[in-house]
Amino acid sequence: MTYLPKPKLHHPDLPKNELGLTRRDYEGAISTLCAGCGHDAISAAIVHACYNLSLPPHRIAKLSGIGCSSKTPTYFLGAAHGFNSVHGRMPSVLTGAHLANRDLIYLGVSGDGDSASIGLGQFAHALRRGVNMTYIVENNGVYGLTKGQFSATADRGALNKRGAANGDEAIDMVGLALQLGATFVARSFSGDKAQLVPLIEAALTHAGAAFIDCISPCVTFNNHAGSTKSFDYVREHNEAVNFLDVISGRETITLEQEPGTVELVTQHDGSVLRLRKVAGDYDPTDRTSAIDFLARHHQAGEIVTGLLYVDPDPTSLHGHLGTATKPLNAFDDAVLIPGSAALAKINASLR
Amino acid sequence: MKPLVRVNDFVVKFANVNGSGSASANRLFAQSIIRMGVPATPRNIFPSNIQGLPTWYEVRVSEAGYLGARGGTDLMVAMNPQTWDKDVAGIVPGGYLFYDSTRPLPAAKFRDDITVLGLPLTAICNAEYTDPRQRQLFKNILYVGALSAILDIDPVVIEQLVAEQFKAKEKLIAPNVHAFRLGRAHAEKSLPCPIGLTVRRADKVGERIFLEGNSAAALGAVYGGATACAWYPITPSTSLAEAYQRWCARFRTDPETKEKRYAIVQAEDELASIGMVIGAGWNGARAFTATSGPGISLMQEFLGLAYFAEIPAVIFDVQRAGPSTGMPTRTQQCDVLSCAYASHGDTKHVLLFPEDPRECFELGATAFDLADRLQTPVFVLLDLDIGMNERLVAPLAWDDTRRMDRGKVMTAEMLESGRDFGRYLDVDGDGIPWRTWPGTHPTRGAYFTRGTSRDRYARYTEEGDAYRDNMERLLKKFATARTLVPAPIRRDAPGGSRLGVIYYGSTAPAMDEALDLLAAEGIALDALRVRAFPFHADVKRFVQEHERVFVVEQNRDAQLRSLLVVEEEIDPARLVRVLHYDGTPITADAIVGEIAAHARVTPLRRAQSHGSQPQGV
Ligand SMILES: Cc1ncc(C[n+]2csc(CCOP(=O)(O)OP(=O)(O)O)c2C)c(N)n1
Ligand code: SF4
Ligand SMILES: [Mg+2]
Repeated sequence: MTYLPKPKLHHPDLPKNELGLTRRDYEGAISTLCAGCGHDAISAAIVHACYNLSLPPHRIAKLSGIGCSSKTPTYFLGAAHGFNSVHGRMPSVLTGAHLANRDLIYLGVSGDGDSASIGLGQFAHALRRGVNMTYIVENNGVYGLTKGQFSATADRGALNKRGAANGDEAIDMVGLALQLGATFVARSFSGDKAQLVPLIEAALTHAGAAFIDCISPCVTFNNHAGSTKSFDYVREHNEAVNFLDVISGRETITLEQEPGTVELVTQHDGSVLRLRKVAGDYDPTDRTSAIDFLARHHQAGEIVTGLLYVDPDPTSLHGHLGTATKPLNAFDDAVLIPGSAALAKINASLR
Repeated sequence: MKPLVRVNDFVVKFANVNGSGSASANRLFAQSIIRMGVPATPRNIFPSNIQGLPTWYEVRVSEAGYLGARGGTDLMVAMNPQTWDKDVAGIVPGGYLFYDSTRPLPAAKFRDDITVLGLPLTAICNAEYTDPRQRQLFKNILYVGALSAILDIDPVVIEQLVAEQFKAKEKLIAPNVHAFRLGRAHAEKSLPCPIGLTVRRADKVGERIFLEGNSAAALGAVYGGATACAWYPITPSTSLAEAYQRWCARFRTDPETKEKRYAIVQAEDELASIGMVIGAGWNGARAFTATSGPGISLMQEFLGLAYFAEIPAVIFDVQRAGPSTGMPTRTQQCDVLSCAYASHGDTKHVLLFPEDPRECFELGATAFDLADRLQTPVFVLLDLDIGMNERLVAPLAWDDTRRMDRGKVMTAEMLESGRDFGRYLDVDGDGIPWRTWPGTHPTRGAYFTRGTSRDRYARYTEEGDAYRDNMERLLKKFATARTLVPAPIRRDAPGGSRLGVIYYGSTAPAMDEALDLLAAEGIALDALRVRAFPFHADVKRFVQEHERVFVVEQNRDAQLRSLLVVEEEIDPARLVRVLHYDGTPITADAIVGEIAAHARVTPLRRAQSHGSQPQGV
């Protein structure tokens, strides 16, 4: 299999964003995933979100681990640098990249095997450090690339393609992310673009560790009856707590809904998250009640989706470290190297 | 047995209990000798423990300037009842034993071929101090006072050092000086002072500085322009990361804003440390990790990725005896092969072998230039012996005209001007492609980083030809590395020899001494100190020029010798193993013993001190 460049024939009438770019400018190579794979829908949603936000594609760094999901960064943002690292270890590579240049936007893409099995440790530590990133797990409950073994997010009792049941308890990545201190936590479904695109936009504008658990059915190995990650199952059990619109600072905000059903959350960068509430009692700025709400609904067999938690004024790794605002990779010899005079003083103190 | 009589040439060993606060007193002792102009080399010998187990501090005093471990103890300062028997047994015949005589010991606990010097240190302390912590701490200073009298060390020097040490906490100077004088007075009153071992002022230290390898390597990282460090604590490398933190606080803090021009992350494990280093290196920052053998094992998969994806990274490996639950506080050169071939697939890595703290600084800084130039991981192989011990070394030097070599990084301007960019394209014929940092240009220079399965333009392909093409370029790059790494240092015997010796890293001071001792026995050797892998062309040449070459190493499996055989295709029969691997630093005696034994059973001509023909033994 060799690289397939996408034909760059621009339709003259394609709409343009604030940077004068069309959606095509945010696309990548043609996907080689199975037709209908949930992951492709997520790639499309990423393209959409970056276009909507008018992000310069080359100022995004996309990093992934290994898996079908981790292959996807080739299929979007062709003008951005990408890094297909090792299985389960994308978080550390992303963290290091972020140390080097805090000015880029970091997008980590991973799978449930990548992040909940082999990479659970790195997933946890990147979130607790508050790395400023958007971390998307394309969650299908199986290892797609190694042909359908259960992953650590497969529900107990879920059946594989051959009818065998999973005996192990599932790891709930959203619950973990909430406990680990992620400052933006969402769950969505690759089959619900209307919900997913604004969530990705909000995550990209969030100035801290943003995590999205995106259920993304594997049409080849986990889309049958008895699976709890199939298109049908997720549609039937999807309980959205809210619907989100991301409004940039310049737009005027209209409140056409009935009072009490809309909540506005202003993020640090001035963007406003407008949440149309579905579950009336749900407060997405309260971490503890979010954890409690999720646990209760999980018991009832519901898949809660939407923006589950956001801290509008997050802290992040560079803030904790006190790093210079200028990227570390931009300092030159004059700043970095103390020189011979300083060395003479050191020598003198060591005699 | 006649007591030893030696001036400026002896070994003092302190036996202490870990956590008893003896370290700073012992250091004071070693420093006082250096201040008198006499080279002294301390070595910490300690267990994997925080409190309670035995530790030793050995100080070799050598006006001749031999800084290697010697073996044997001339004066034992036995402060640990637990190790008494072993400590007393380790004294050379005619040597001396200094001990705390508060509690009487049966005659059977002593030897009659040594001189015993007892001072009731505990009793003196108990009479002087009431606070138990003071009793313990001042006992250490007390014995330094007693030793100064016994060995004829100038008390003014020690009092000056105490004043310097407590410059920031002036209150502590007087009580420490008091304890020092108390110990000295008691020794002068009740012991024969001085004994046969004495320190006499000399001028053999000169400009040299006294510095630990880990701290020097960390300073090398600062001078090498490193801005990111990710690490996970492991003896004996921990103090390297900690020293980097201290140097950065001093040199890399914005004087006005107090912002840090560096970032240090204590990672969750070594996989994450190396992952972060690779991420930072990919994104244009100079980054490093500090670890030891067990960490290197955990990093294997990532190291392979960095090799294939061609990402600069610097790894300081402060080697210790293996395995993880092995002898973490003992020294060895046992990671040579696991670093040289780290990871799966066909991989080879650049290794640097500093001989002492000064080279830890120099090669530490150079490692970052090499990593950027070659776009690959570079290992700096220290070991516990040089990493965690202070050593007298020439002053550190820096050329202010030197600039970081960031290697082949294509800038926005270069891309804008239309230069062809292929991430894995060998445009210069040296096997080193150009790279771009993320975020450089809106439409040019972006690429997708993966291990292999891509062509010269980083486009996905699983074609065998493209794979082979890339692998061959990597070999070419490795050949380029040979010409860039620090060259070996050769020292021929006067008139030359048909026998050679190759050594590296912390073996250097013991080797210096061994060469003198062997020459005195009539065995002349040409010596080559290897400083890097891949081997510089001079290394093979050296082997070819000698009938037989000893390869001296501190590991069981003769790892550097294996590299020579495999990579240089040298006939193994020409390379004679000289190995030391019990966890202690190698000694000149050990080297001399093995080489002399080999030279004796092998009929060779006696060396001559002059003559134009290469001479053997
Ligand atoms: C160290 C290591 N072990 C095993 C593998 C094999 N492997 C490749 S992808 C994968 C699982 C991927 O699962 P997931 O992250 O859920 O991605 P998906 O394919 O389902 O999108 C495994 C086990 C590997 N690449 N590296
Ligand atoms: S195997 Fe599953 S996850 Fe992988 S591409 Fe096919 S459908 Fe998607
Ligand atoms: Mg999966």
